[in-house]
Amino acid sequence: MAHDHHHDHEHSELSDTQLRVRALETVLTEKGYVDPKALDAIVEAYETKIGPRNGAAVVAKAWVDPAFKKALLEDASKAVATLGHVARTGDHLIAVENTPKTHNMIVCTLCSCYPWEVLGLPPIWYKAAPYRSRAVKDPRGVLADFGVSLPEDTEIRVWDSTAETRFIVLPMRPAGTEGWSEEKLAELVTRDSMIGTGLPKQP
Amino acid sequence: MDGIHDMGGMDGFGKVEVEPNEPPFHETWEGRVMAMVRAIGANGGMNIDMQRFSRESLPPAVYLSSSYYQKWFLALEQSMLARDMIGADEIERGHSLRQNSPLARGTFSMKDVQRVMTRANFAREPRAKPVFAIGECVRTKKIHPATHTRLPRYARDKVGIVERINGCHVFPDSNAHGKGDNPQWLYTVVFAGPELWGPESDPTLKVSIEAFEPYLEQA
Repeated sequence: MAHDHHHDHEHSELSDTQLRVRALETVLTEKGYVDPKALDAIVEAYETKIGPRNGAAVVAKAWVDPAFKKALLEDASKAVATLGHVARTGDHLIAVENTPKTHNMIVCTLCSCYPWEVLGLPPIWYKAAPYRSRAVKDPRGVLADFGVSLPEDTEIRVWDSTAETRFIVLPMRPAGTEGWSEEKLAELVTRDSMIGTGLPKQP
Repeated sequence: MDGIHDMGGMDGFGKVEVEPNEPPFHETWEGRVMAMVRAIGANGGMNIDMQRFSRESLPPAVYLSSSYYQKWFLALEQSMLARDMIGADEIERGHSLRQNSPLARGTFSMKDVQRVMTRANFAREPRAKPVFAIGECVRTKKIHPATHTRLPRYARDKVGIVERINGCHVFPDSNAHGKGDNPQWLYTVVFAGPELWGPESDPTLKVSIEAFEPYLEQA
């Protein structure tokens, strides 16, 4: 984010925030509200253990295992829980399937609701005004920003995450991947393909 | 509230800018803020709806010009000040100057970490049967509460179809204001693009919201 030409300015601004955050953490620690070691553990989990590869494993399994796919579409929380991820999946996860007729896209227009346990922390663009404002009105324009263009007659279904239900897109399995292992398939599954702003990589 | 956070359908924010290989946090303090918000929430300081309402209540200019975790930080500080969980003098000094009552679930410590890594369950025992059925035509209400609501402006007073019933959940409009769970049936309601955006809308567009029963009436 910092650009060299006004680096000093941004640096001092960030330092100010950094100092204020440190002050607040000290106050909360001294009051006995939080143990900083437990905060470390949360940060570390999101930096190292929880990310889109969890979701990619779910998608790849659904591509090769019809029984798992059926279970996933019926109750994604329950199906994902059987895979034993580090961040145990909470309730109310819903998987939505892309087909040749329908393309799904996930947004949270009101804040930043996102399936953290399977995709990790949301990227900045997901939480920012351009995506939140346009996804529900001009999804094809948004897809164009991602370099994605879909057939004119494909139905675009946008899911606005306005409650505690969370969504993950089950993208279509790319052609030419017959006989591939789950591990190999998972490498084709991008984060954006599970939000619906991208498609899986082609083999 | 009809706040700046309710962005669906607004124009003028420009293109979506994607940062390749974006790290989970750009600065160390961002991770600390995220963890503090989760910790205080998990151990009974403020529930998720109170946290959302405090972010929505930031002045619009601040909301738009602050980064995501700056908003989280400002809202956390504000809402802890408003609840007398911390004092302005303590923020100023960077140290605790007095004792406060502990969080409902005590100090957030290592034993609480696993719990916070799993999303809470928001389903509650229903007090009545759902009023609406799958496939039924419904109209969202024309409401403009000054308090917290999860019915976005663009989807008010619009006709859609009930597609799913997602159980009976904590009602954010009550929970955000300390008025308890007040469980309500939660539906996925889907709208055709032109119903939301008029005749110029992309005809292939369908948008759904997650709508609590009090947001809906018979169409």
